[in-house]
Amino acid sequence: MFELLNISPQVLMGQLLLGLINGSFYAVLSLGLAVIFGLLNIINFSHGAQYMMGAFVAWMLLTYVGIGYWPSLILAPLIVGAVGIVLERLALSRLYHLDHLYGLLLTFGVALIMQGLFRNYYGISGQPYNIPDALSGGQNLGFMFLPNYRAWVVVASIVVCFGTWFMIERTRLGAYLRAATENPVLVGAFGINVPRMIMLTYGFGVALAGFAGVLAAPIYSVNPNMGADLIIVVFAVVVIGGMGSILGAIVTGYGLGLIEGLTRVFYPEASSVVIFVIMAIVLMIKPEGLFGRTS
Amino acid sequence: MIRKLAMGATALTMLGTIPAMAQDTIDVKLGVLNDRSGVYADLSGEGSVVATRMAVEDFDAAAHGLNVEIISADHQNKPDIGSNIARQWYDVDGVNAIIDVPTSSVALAVAAITAEMGGVMLNSGAGSTELTRGQCQPTTVDWTYDTAALANGTGGAMTTEGGKKWFFLTADYAFGHSLEENTAAVVEANGGEVVGTVRHPFPATDFSSFLLQAQGSGADVIGLANAGGDTVNAIKQASEFGITQAGQSLAALLMFVTDVHALGAETAQGLNLTEAFYWDQNDKTREWSARFEETFGSKPTMVHAGAYSATMHYLRAVAETKTTEGPKVVAAMKAAEFDDPLFGKGYVRADGRVIHDMYLFEVKAPGDSKGEWDLYNQKATISGEDAFLPMIDECDFTKNAG
Repeated sequence: MFELLNISPQVLMGQLLLGLINGSFYAVLSLGLAVIFGLLNIINFSHGAQYMMGAFVAWMLLTYVGIGYWPSLILAPLIVGAVGIVLERLALSRLYHLDHLYGLLLTFGVALIMQGLFRNYYGISGQPYNIPDALSGGQNLGFMFLPNYRAWVVVASIVVCFGTWFMIERTRLGAYLRAATENPVLVGAFGINVPRMIMLTYGFGVALAGFAGVLAAPIYSVNPNMGADLIIVVFAVVVIGGMGSILGAIVTGYGLGLIEGLTRVFYPEASSVVIFVIMAIVLMIKPEGLFGRTS
Repeated sequence: MIRKLAMGATALTMLGTIPAMAQDTIDVKLGVLNDRSGVYADLSGEGSVVATRMAVEDFDAAAHGLNVEIISADHQNKPDIGSNIARQWYDVDGVNAIIDVPTSSVALAVAAITAEMGGVMLNSGAGSTELTRGQCQPTTVDWTYDTAALANGTGGAMTTEGGKKWFFLTADYAFGHSLEENTAAVVEANGGEVVGTVRHPFPATDFSSFLLQAQGSGADVIGLANAGGDTVNAIKQASEFGITQAGQSLAALLMFVTDVHALGAETAQGLNLTEAFYWDQNDKTREWSARFEETFGSKPTMVHAGAYSATMHYLRAVAETKTTEGPKVVAAMKAAEFDDPLFGKGYVRADGRVIHDMYLFEVKAPGDSKGEWDLYNQKATISGEDAFLPMIDECDFTKNAG
């Protein structure tokens, strides 16, 4: 079969592994989007800009304060999440009773403003951010050279994805959250502070974007447009997985990373389109998405 | 914004002209048109305005009887916006020359309008060879570089040094294709061969799978026929995947000092690239770049340097001919050879192509780099005649003038 496709099993293995690595970013980003949409019904278009902020905050911590990669991995998502909470309190919370479209427009506008500000201050060429010493170098797997940092990205993203899924689907806190989405008035009547919970959920979703940004900083160029290039693909991932489905976002994130990786071998020109083709097919066959619940 | 600038400039011009009339001064209005917010904002942008202003000051325009104003605008890398601004500048605002204009599609549109309106186009930012070949104009002066010179510099040098087998990683659009084509021709002419090509979507973020294909091809050299963020990401990831360490070399076919700065010497070390100017070449370039940095905050790119030198040569021609009529000024620019502090000796060829030396640089190892901008070692000088393509007959405006 490999001969038939004119590709060696080694190359195929290598490409599958790379697909998994890219899928890790898709999974973490689409997870944040799915959490925000599933629990708040907000289409968070500033997710890409918040991912970019995560990378920039890590770079700023290193450049101005001298704080390295590991503390940044915690600090940067907290800072970005806090900025998200401010946005939620000041603006988003006023839009919950309106159509989805208003939230989308607001977050899209915020994304443009943030990108513009960063571009104005830091230029467009990007800033260097090195791989932490503990993770430099790599392993020779026989079929490919796997940089240690990429292996770390896969592990970190799986841990974060599983943790988030577990928290929302299997814990008491998650149950409150899901209940608050179904019927905020009733949950409020039980004495739970629903607005605060929603605020923290948005902050958490945004922090996930910031976390992905810190993960990406050492391997992609830290520049103001890094999120804008990625956000459309991530939205497609969420749509394919089923809007608001946590598990759907995770599984589709990894799955589409793999499919995109394979396309890069067989027909590289199509690699940026393949996800959208799949999205179109999924929408025709199962409009609620692969893991979506029919309402 | 443009209107405000234009109004301000008009007011200034009026102030300037009243007493000047008596001394018979010539009003010259220069428009710097480039990308001020997008991907090319760092390599051109405000820096080109600063460089142009420095040229006006260094030339001492007032002493030569010139009253020079500079205005600027953002073309957002869109040909329609660029064309509109150019037309308004020539028609309403009385601009005499348009400077910089990165992004080839915009530059070609502006060059055509310039010829029609009798202005002058001093190109520094755009790289297409079409500007002085297929779509050449008698009023175009293409100062700094073009894709053929980059291909000759990097492609030629690396092939003769033993990089016989090439694999191209090409951005899948017109610019990438033409850069790949130019370079492949140079590689083959020097006895090399192209063993494979992969066309990646533009823009792309992850290059690892393309790089792995390049690695598997057994090529000596991986040619990056892309630009800006794509090149930066591809190089960063090639280093991460141990491709450069394993013996394959990377050839960045279009790269500016700002891109190398963004990568950092750690990642970019050993990279070969061609530029027309580097700030640390000699005392003159160092002196000029230090003054530039004082005003602008970072070292100049070759595009900034080109904006300076082109403006200088232009003002000299205006002072000499005592006119701002585009065709006459350009003819005077072509008549006189120049010895420029930044580009050395050179001349403007009849087709508008400026012939000056190009340089092959290698990015320093971090240990050898003494500062954040101390990035290149000069490896070779490529004479202008070898670097640029020969003139085609249709573009010989000394013969086809009028």
